[in-house]
Amino acid sequence: MATGSTDIVACPDCDLLQRVPSVRAGETARCPRCGRALATGKTDPFDRTLALALAALVALVLANTEILMELSARGRESSTTILGGAREMWRQGERVSAVLVCFFTTAAPAAYIGCMIALLLAVRRPPAPRWAGTVLRWAETGNLWSMVEVMMLGILVSLVKIASLADVRPGIGFFAVGPLVFLLAAMSTSFDPREAWSRVRWENGYWPGSDR
Amino acid sequence: MTRPPPTAALAGFVSCGTCGLLCRPAEAGKPGECPRCGEPLAFRLPESIERTWAYVVAAAVCYLPANLLPVMTTTTIKATTESTILSGVIHFYTTGSWFLALIVLVASVIIPLGKLGALAYLLVTVMRRSTGRPLERARLFRMLKAIGRWSMLDVFVVMFVVALVRFEPFMSVVPGPGVPFFAAVVILTILAADAFDPRLIWDPAGKTGGTGG
Ligand SMILES: [Zn+2]
Repeated sequence: MATGSTDIVACPDCDLLQRVPSVRAGETARCPRCGRALATGKTDPFDRTLALALAALVALVLANTEILMELSARGRESSTTILGGAREMWRQGERVSAVLVCFFTTAAPAAYIGCMIALLLAVRRPPAPRWAGTVLRWAETGNLWSMVEVMMLGILVSLVKIASLADVRPGIGFFAVGPLVFLLAAMSTSFDPREAWSRVRWENGYWPGSDR
Repeated sequence: MTRPPPTAALAGFVSCGTCGLLCRPAEAGKPGECPRCGEPLAFRLPESIERTWAYVVAAAVCYLPANLLPVMTTTTIKATTESTILSGVIHFYTTGSWFLALIVLVASVIIPLGKLGALAYLLVTVMRRSTGRPLERARLFRMLKAIGRWSMLDVFVVMFVVALVRFEPFMSVVPGPGVPFFAAVVILTILAADAFDPRLIWDPAGKTGGTGG
């Protein structure tokens, strides 16, 4: 695959000008001055990431719509989903926190996955249209604020906290969160933003692939 | 005398902060826009030090109420108890879950405090144009960016406990006023790390010719 791998770049962390060597799958080229990873060799960065993203979408829907935990004590039952937890916080007056929690656990990962699917479909046949760059930026913002892995630890800690008061049983949503965390991490690892950007048509309509 | 390392700024180039394209700026004072993605170009993040300080100070102001105000109020028939982050840690410890006590203590107390201290240290060394230990400082910064989000842990714990423990009139749990402060600390420290330009750590080495360290 042509990767434009002999490009001269400036390290984003220390500004050192350097030629990025071509890397094979599994290899990483690092900045000699600050150690920042500049390029990582990927096998099939777009099709594999697309498959992971579609699987992540299914896991996200299950994690958000199915019951996370059921609780029973003194003959009473209570259960919650991710959004149900946020709704209860809203009802108790913690509106800002409720909105933030929805944003970190549902909106941000959904934006990341959705934008990645759109981007990955767009860059399959270069040159990709200009909107692909915009969607890639949204995906990066979504990934910055997505906190599903933190939420998973939060669920485990609250399970232990409640276990002394009542019987807690994990539900289907709970078992979807683990795969979701794994799939989100695998998506970031298998994706190659440098290669994606190299396939996007420029502002002035130029596309580097056209003179290869 | 060591030669200054060849950086984009010294060579008169600017790399796009959005797509990474190495660009030739339109003028030195006004670099213009990236020809590939159209975002405004800048040699360094604009007002990086001032903006990072602003977020760090705002986060430090929210840190005290976040830790002192209750994050959960538990009401049973017998009594109403308010718990703060630290009393939650102590509860885990005394009931034998020392591992969970440690996780919550690290995520909620130590990481945000350490992040604020480390950002202040990076800002001070950058403002003094220090050339010492740039590699260690660069690694410290990358670590800060990676671990900051884990401080949100207790907000999620509160949410799930509040949502599940609804056994009125026997028992109910209500979120406390510490929660929004706590979320604010985490968001502000993430924004602070995002506003800091790590290239500032390395810039003094280029201007002075380096100290060989
Ligand atoms: Zn570097």
